[in-house]
Amino acid sequence: MSAAATRGAFLVVALAILATLPAWVGNTYYINIASQILLFAVFALALNVLVGYGGLVSLGHAGLFAVGGYTTALMLQAGQGHLAADLAAVAVTLAMSAVFAVLALRATGIGFLMITLALGQILWGIAYRWANLTNGDNGINVTTRPAPFGITLATATPFYYATLAVFLVALASMALLVRSPFGASLCGTRDQPRRMTALGYNVWLIRFLAFLFSGFWSGVAGILFVYYNQFISPQVAALQTSAEVLLMVISGGTATLAGPVVGAAIVVITKNVVSAYIVRWNLVLGLVFVVIITFMPEGLVPGSARLWRWTWRRRAAPVKTATAGERP
Amino acid sequence: MTLWITLAVNSIAMGGLLFLLSAGFSLIFGLMRIPNLMHGSFFMLGAYFGVSMLAHEVNFWVAALASGLAMAVIGAVIERFLLRRLAGQELAQVLLTLGLSFIVADLCLMIWTGDPWQPSPPPDLRGALRFGGLFFPIYRLAIVVIAVVVAIALWLLVDWTRLGAMIRAGVDDAPIARVVGIPVSRLFTLVFALGAALAAFGGVIGAPYLSVYPGLDGEMLPLALIVVILGGTGSMLGALLGSFIIGFLYNFGQAMFPDLAYVILFLPMLLVLVLRPQGLFGKGTV
Repeated sequence: MSAAATRGAFLVVALAILATLPAWVGNTYYINIASQILLFAVFALALNVLVGYGGLVSLGHAGLFAVGGYTTALMLQAGQGHLAADLAAVAVTLAMSAVFAVLALRATGIGFLMITLALGQILWGIAYRWANLTNGDNGINVTTRPAPFGITLATATPFYYATLAVFLVALASMALLVRSPFGASLCGTRDQPRRMTALGYNVWLIRFLAFLFSGFWSGVAGILFVYYNQFISPQVAALQTSAEVLLMVISGGTATLAGPVVGAAIVVITKNVVSAYIVRWNLVLGLVFVVIITFMPEGLVPGSARLWRWTWRRRAAPVKTATAGERP
Repeated sequence: MTLWITLAVNSIAMGGLLFLLSAGFSLIFGLMRIPNLMHGSFFMLGAYFGVSMLAHEVNFWVAALASGLAMAVIGAVIERFLLRRLAGQELAQVLLTLGLSFIVADLCLMIWTGDPWQPSPPPDLRGALRFGGLFFPIYRLAIVVIAVVVAIALWLLVDWTRLGAMIRAGVDDAPIARVVGIPVSRLFTLVFALGAALAAFGGVIGAPYLSVYPGLDGEMLPLALIVVILGGTGSMLGALLGSFIIGFLYNFGQAMFPDLAYVILFLPMLLVLVLRPQGLFGKGTV
């Protein structure tokens, strides 16, 4: 079977599993975990646009995620409808992404990372300290979930399907982006920024647009998150959240479409399982970081693929040497 | 009027503490280009070491120095056995130090619980000086003196000694420095250890003023970051000036605009990034 056919078959199976998941899982708890995985996958895919394809590592994306969530919550609290709240959330997140991008793109590499980290901390500070606006540490409750086309998302299964729909649209948009000329030029700015400039590309503008695209989906993920939890607090904007989503991207493998999704599943499942047994989630998160960086620096998906090929070759090796005869 | 002077004294003391924190960060991030996201953890862990020793009736200064020494060893081990394997891979270094900072934070929470610890200052430095009808807490003034002494010592070390020249040579062109016989790797371990020790020392010195609590690491790291971006990476003078600017903004911001204190703290950094990306005294960009 060719690689493309394998991938196609894999995609069909994955889609079939996702589409029928509530039917065979049955339990509300697991359906909710699946929703969580999908919404964090949207967030991780968004960050991957910058980290994987743009070569720009952001540690402030929790800020953008939180802006989406908080705007939705505040608009709903002010008595606005769901559509207005969601549109406002997207608009505010995009505006905030533009501010982030203008400031952070003064630098690349580590400078970019440090500036996004600082900007993310500012947003956390606002969420935490500006109690008149954000209700501080107590957070904001969102009492209702929307009902698009008359289907209420109040229970687990419809919410799962809504999240799945958003996830698929996000995934499709990423696939299109990666295959588009814009995606190619984004990878170009990652690998050879000087050559891209010499070729007449506006490197800054390409990165800026990629940041907006990433910010858009981060904001959408934030909206999903606030509807899922029906509550938002400053913890969402904290550095831990940025680190967790970065871990999803890195652990799954950057610059792949499947990587962030697998990473989101691993992190969300680990977090839920670990939290059920011990309270030391941060310790586990830190250890996972250290272990992955030390032993599988390219990420779990490419890393496992490498280990798989390696064991496969070792098993196949005796046969090959027998037929090839004198190969060293 | 009294309020303003009290605020100003607190601001200067805070600036001194921030300098102890960010001088090490400036060495590690500015000179060695290692994005050390566990610098706040060094500060917090050092402070916890200090308060534990103080709880066992150890002399304050002995505790501060011992804590710095312990952190120097920990820093050296981290640099030698983990970070060096990742030389030149900034992203991997970021993730490694971030992961370690989570581990440290959780371990601290486990060992020292969630309650804040606030030791009292050393006996000789308690009380306040009376001057012109105003009271100045002696300990806060002492922090400033310590910071200035450390600043001068670091400046002399980096700019005027043979060791400093070798470190600068190693940073500027490591391969050539190695060729002429400078043990660059060993020097880098030393600088990393020194930076960690300064942060831990600062943590103990700051404990009577700031107290020690979970989350202190996450609060101090961005502050070190702003100070270094503001002052320019690798510049001791920049770090000193940046520390006092942030010290003032921190105290005045919290007194005048408590809701937006955090935003005010970051504004000068944003201005510097837009207008002068190399920082006030920096040579290269961030």
